[in-house]
Amino acid sequence: MSRAATGVRSAPTAGTRRWILAVIGVLFAIPILSMIEFSLRQGLAGGYTLDHWTGLFNPANASRYQVVWTGLVNSLVLAVVTVAIVLFVLLPTMVLVQLSFPSLVRLLEFICIIPITVPAIVLVVGLAPVYSVVAQIFGSSVWTLAFAYGITVLPYAYRTLQSNLGAIDVITLSEAARSLGAGWGSVFWRVLIPNLRRGILAASFISVAVVLGEFTIASLLSRQNLQTSILLMSQTDPYVAVIIALLALAFVFVLLLVIGGVGAAGQKGRRKTRTQS
Amino acid sequence: MTIADTPGGAGGDVGVEPRRHPGPAAEPTRRKKRSWAFLGLTPFAFYVLAFLALPTILALATGFFDTDGTITLGNIAALFDPVIVNTFISSFWLSALTAVVGAIVGAVICYAMLGARPEGRLRQTIESASSVLAQFGGVMLAFAFISMMGAAGLVTVLLKSTIHFDIYADGVWLYTVPGLILPYLYFQIPLMVIVFLPAMEGLKPQWAEANATLGGTRFTYWTRIAAPVLAPAFFGSLLLLFANAFSAFATAAALISQGSQIVPLQIRAALVSETILGRSNMAGALALGMIVVMIIVMTAYSFLQKRTTRWQR
Repeated sequence: MSRAATGVRSAPTAGTRRWILAVIGVLFAIPILSMIEFSLRQGLAGGYTLDHWTGLFNPANASRYQVVWTGLVNSLVLAVVTVAIVLFVLLPTMVLVQLSFPSLVRLLEFICIIPITVPAIVLVVGLAPVYSVVAQIFGSSVWTLAFAYGITVLPYAYRTLQSNLGAIDVITLSEAARSLGAGWGSVFWRVLIPNLRRGILAASFISVAVVLGEFTIASLLSRQNLQTSILLMSQTDPYVAVIIALLALAFVFVLLLVIGGVGAAGQKGRRKTRTQS
Repeated sequence: MTIADTPGGAGGDVGVEPRRHPGPAAEPTRRKKRSWAFLGLTPFAFYVLAFLALPTILALATGFFDTDGTITLGNIAALFDPVIVNTFISSFWLSALTAVVGAIVGAVICYAMLGARPEGRLRQTIESASSVLAQFGGVMLAFAFISMMGAAGLVTVLLKSTIHFDIYADGVWLYTVPGLILPYLYFQIPLMVIVFLPAMEGLKPQWAEANATLGGTRFTYWTRIAAPVLAPAFFGSLLLLFANAFSAFATAAALISQGSQIVPLQIRAALVSETILGRSNMAGALALGMIVVMIIVMTAYSFLQKRTTRWQR
């Protein structure tokens, strides 16, 4: 390239880019590597062993690690109920607002963004009295916590669903289906849902990721979930607590990697259809 | 209700406009359908009222009552007690420091990403890693930093054995407020990458070309074109990072088990022990103080956000 061309460039050279990203990447890898190193330690005496990893999956230790397994199961139940709230309460509302109440779109967006301004630590102060009523109606099973988690994931779920909803023409699609004789039920299930598959998948995954990492509300309402149980576990067996944390982290990373993949695949697909038409 | 009564609706999207002028004959059935459709909004409305509006109002209102249920301003006045003021100051400087450093380092990463292919693997990896790490606050993050720089952590031990440098020569500070700086940066920097990357990509190559055509250098491009365009996005992201650190609880809770040096920990203490400074319902007053800060920061953020989107069309 000529000198003029290099003058035009605003982007860094490939060398600079690699250098910056490598330094920051290494710094960010150190805490994770330290966790792996710690999980392999033999004990205070030094030396390394795989015992902590194999011991975790040994049925003989099941009672020792009961706390963690209970926490994990609770968190998975909470994740499922939270996703259900997103898909059966939030999503229909968003579609309905888009179709019938365009003037409420802004209001809905505002409501869904509020949980960013009202942090969990503030919300939990008011949730304590609310949950004493909830316990009277639904009992005090762990799944009821998902009502609070549905609020926590609202900004994330809204954003992912809205970006999909905004990209398809909901009104034209539903009117086309209606004029071909479809009822509202089949418009929703057979026309809109298949078009929103990507957004639904992404919103579900991000909700699962947020629920698995949630600590504040569970801890202060004295419920047991994955995060509170690994904190508890760390007092008796820190190695296992660190291993579970690593596994949870890896799981969430894969989930979000899949979201990224789903999003990119969708974009490529859209671009392709656009060039074809 | 007003929307159901006026056939055209108020304002709204231009693209939807023509469909919202039904003939006079269609009017009654349409109105009926609208009121039915309103019923469809009730589950969400009820849910948000019960689990977002009500808890928020309760949280803020309890600060104005004492244990007997009589109205008092004592808890609010207690916010100005030196102990509480100090926790707010600690929260402020911790949030401000991690926001500024996080914003600068994050912006450098965004700069490095300029010119990388949008659908390339590098871009994908950085984006996914950022969204994981931005979510990585809490207990797991605390574990990572304890394994790294706890008293027997990998880095602590390595530094001591190789260059004989003891990071804890003056005592272990990981479990105090300064110890929170590095863990907080660990989720602040990725958050900056997520929120600032779109703005950085809004820089149009044509502007660099125009700058070069008019005889500008790379320096003039960055100082006189890119910097003014990016400034609202940068400061907006900075505010978001501040809010993020200010409201973070889990990491601090897992690292600091003794004392309540920052506001969220003070709320924990108030909730668990019921009394701080010999007062009940102090949690409500602290929550109110936090919300006031959050509202100011987030209002400024949305103002800057509006200016940012101007350049992203």
